[in-house]
Amino acid sequence: MRNRPRLFVTYSSEMALLPTWTQKTAAAIFLGILVIIPFGVIPGLGFLADNDWLTILSRVAVYAIGALGLHILSGLAGQVSLGHAFFVGVGAYTAVILGGEASRTLWGLALPIWIWLPASGLVAALVGALIAPAAVRVRGIYLAIVTLGLVFIGEWIFRSAVAMTGGAQAGREFPAFAFRFWKEETPLIDFSADGSWFGIEMTSEAKTYLLLLVFLVVAIIVAKNIQRTRIGRAFMSIRDRDIAAEVMGVADTRSKVIAFALSSAFAGMAGALLGAFLGRLVPEGFSLLMSIQFVAILLIGGLGTVSGTLLGAAFVIILPRLVQDFTGLLASTVESGTGFFSTVSGVFVSTGLEDPGIVSTLPGTSPGLNVFQLNLVLYGLLLIGFLIFEPLGLYGIWIRIRNYWKAWPFTY
Amino acid sequence: MIVEAVMFAQAGGQDAAEKFANATSSGIALGAIYALLALGLVLIYKATQVLNFAHGAIAALGAFFAAYLATVVNFPGRYVSFLPITLQWILSALVAVLITAVIGLVLERLAIRPMIGEPLFSVVMITIALDIVIRTITDDLIGTTPRPLGDPWGAGHLAIGPISPAKTEVATLIVTILTLIGIALFFRSRYGVAMRATAFDQEAAMAQGISAGRVFAMAWAIGAGLAALAGIFSSVYPRSALGVSGTTAFFAFRALPAIVIGGLDSITGAVLGGFIVGLAETFAGVYLTGATWSFLGVGFAGVMPYIVMLVVLLIRPYGLFGTEEIRRV
Repeated sequence: MRNRPRLFVTYSSEMALLPTWTQKTAAAIFLGILVIIPFGVIPGLGFLADNDWLTILSRVAVYAIGALGLHILSGLAGQVSLGHAFFVGVGAYTAVILGGEASRTLWGLALPIWIWLPASGLVAALVGALIAPAAVRVRGIYLAIVTLGLVFIGEWIFRSAVAMTGGAQAGREFPAFAFRFWKEETPLIDFSADGSWFGIEMTSEAKTYLLLLVFLVVAIIVAKNIQRTRIGRAFMSIRDRDIAAEVMGVADTRSKVIAFALSSAFAGMAGALLGAFLGRLVPEGFSLLMSIQFVAILLIGGLGTVSGTLLGAAFVIILPRLVQDFTGLLASTVESGTGFFSTVSGVFVSTGLEDPGIVSTLPGTSPGLNVFQLNLVLYGLLLIGFLIFEPLGLYGIWIRIRNYWKAWPFTY
Repeated sequence: MIVEAVMFAQAGGQDAAEKFANATSSGIALGAIYALLALGLVLIYKATQVLNFAHGAIAALGAFFAAYLATVVNFPGRYVSFLPITLQWILSALVAVLITAVIGLVLERLAIRPMIGEPLFSVVMITIALDIVIRTITDDLIGTTPRPLGDPWGAGHLAIGPISPAKTEVATLIVTILTLIGIALFFRSRYGVAMRATAFDQEAAMAQGISAGRVFAMAWAIGAGLAALAGIFSSVYPRSALGVSGTTAFFAFRALPAIVIGGLDSITGAVLGGFIVGLAETFAGVYLTGATWSFLGVGFAGVMPYIVMLVVLLIRPYGLFGTEEIRRV
């Protein structure tokens, strides 16, 4: 069998999570690398063990969990949704009501994580299932606008429900990552404080990263399993040809409602994790921009594949950091004297009011975009570029590289 | 809600009637702006099957051009300084609309044309990506503070019987009516017929020798021009006293409920939907305030259009005038 990697003799071996030995080994190695990143022992990747990089990687994990939810709804069931941020918000605020500290103006029950995390997924799924019957009445572009409306209405609800959300611009504290059986003083496992695990000194960032990595792996396995079971195949049949699916006995409305509920469950848990991870969230955060971010993750990564979703999440979340580093580098070459590179970056960087350039390193009114704006523009341009030139996203690029090496040195 | 307002007006006497009349007039003026935006969106949608989520960003860009031309470079005012100030400003606004229309052409050619026939999700996303890019660049051009448009009417009000509309509101309404007449005449012209034919059946139109590409370009140019017009009127006094700012782009998202209410592919529906949304938003802002309605929180008027949209969609999934999609096996 070893020489016939695509030969499957049983159905179950073809439908396995990782059907080939290559995939099994690659996944194991990759997971191993991800696990030992915070210990800084990998040559060349040691910088990832820094706390700010671990924070970015943790954020990738949270966004990947949320994006896996949208992957189920948009990638598998083919329903265009711009309302993902609303469900993320529902989950986040369920978590904070159940797990957060109460105060004179805020509600909070201070329950442990094993209650608020599953509950945030459940409540979001419930809200999704309630909204879905109305949403599935409309199709295509109408659905996109309805879900867009959902984000705006949701943002207003979050801003108005001050007792739950802390109100506009203020926001409120979210429960920290700490495992308690009930409301005891010292948590059994505290992920939000530095300390040693099994004799290894670990920062809170490293602990949080490992915890979120575990959640992400569980989410990936769940999403993959949804994809290869009856309901997942129903989703895909609706995406590909809804009338044919209905004729074959796939319940159209019911499947779409389930897709909405499952997708919202992932979104809700991602919201709860995001709140706990960032510590404080404002209601304005659950805006159209967040929804767009999730859609961008899907489209840049490659619509309809789990690995594409993960690639997209990593790309979209890490990109701002790279842009920031790159502009910092440009600015420092401008400052550090003369030479060819300094002249080149001088064209791009604006260092003062009189100096035109695309990027400005000064705050305020100097010409040129600031780093944040440059980020947004690049992000939009990348989306346009991917949509026009590589509709399959990063996953499509990977497929092409793989196919090239499969036949190497021949081109066919 | 209108019925409720009427009852309220009868109970309250003259003051309430005046309040109602003023709310109606400013609602119609706001609706006129939404109608302009919705008209552009529907024109683009009918011709190219693309819903332009970047409409708001284009509107803000157009308003920025108007502000820049009128207040910074004084173009074309500096060459025609013998004309009255009002006319000079109108000329600057027209030039801004033309520039924005050209930008619409360029956008269509660069980003939209390659996407014809792609799946819906990609087409939606490309206009959203355009929105991000244009909005960010416009924000940067505007700067940290809003830019005044330098319109000649300022904060002046007229007094027509019981109502006292702002001068800009009257101007908005006049411009909208003129635009609607212009669009109606355009549809009777040679190019308008070509556009209608393409929207009706693209293949048949191409078989008759109509260049579909030219129709697409025309639709985007007109749509972007209308967006700029709406952007200009949404950045002057009662809407935004300080001028065009980052929020102008978000304003146009409320035109999406307008076209959904009217039906995505109906011009009449778009205009009517615009006025419905404008009136609903204004009435919500005027009547749903005070202690009784404090539980609604701030900014309820802003989400009113979306709520109206959801209600209409629950009753008629294709809007008031939209053609129902026929599903064939």
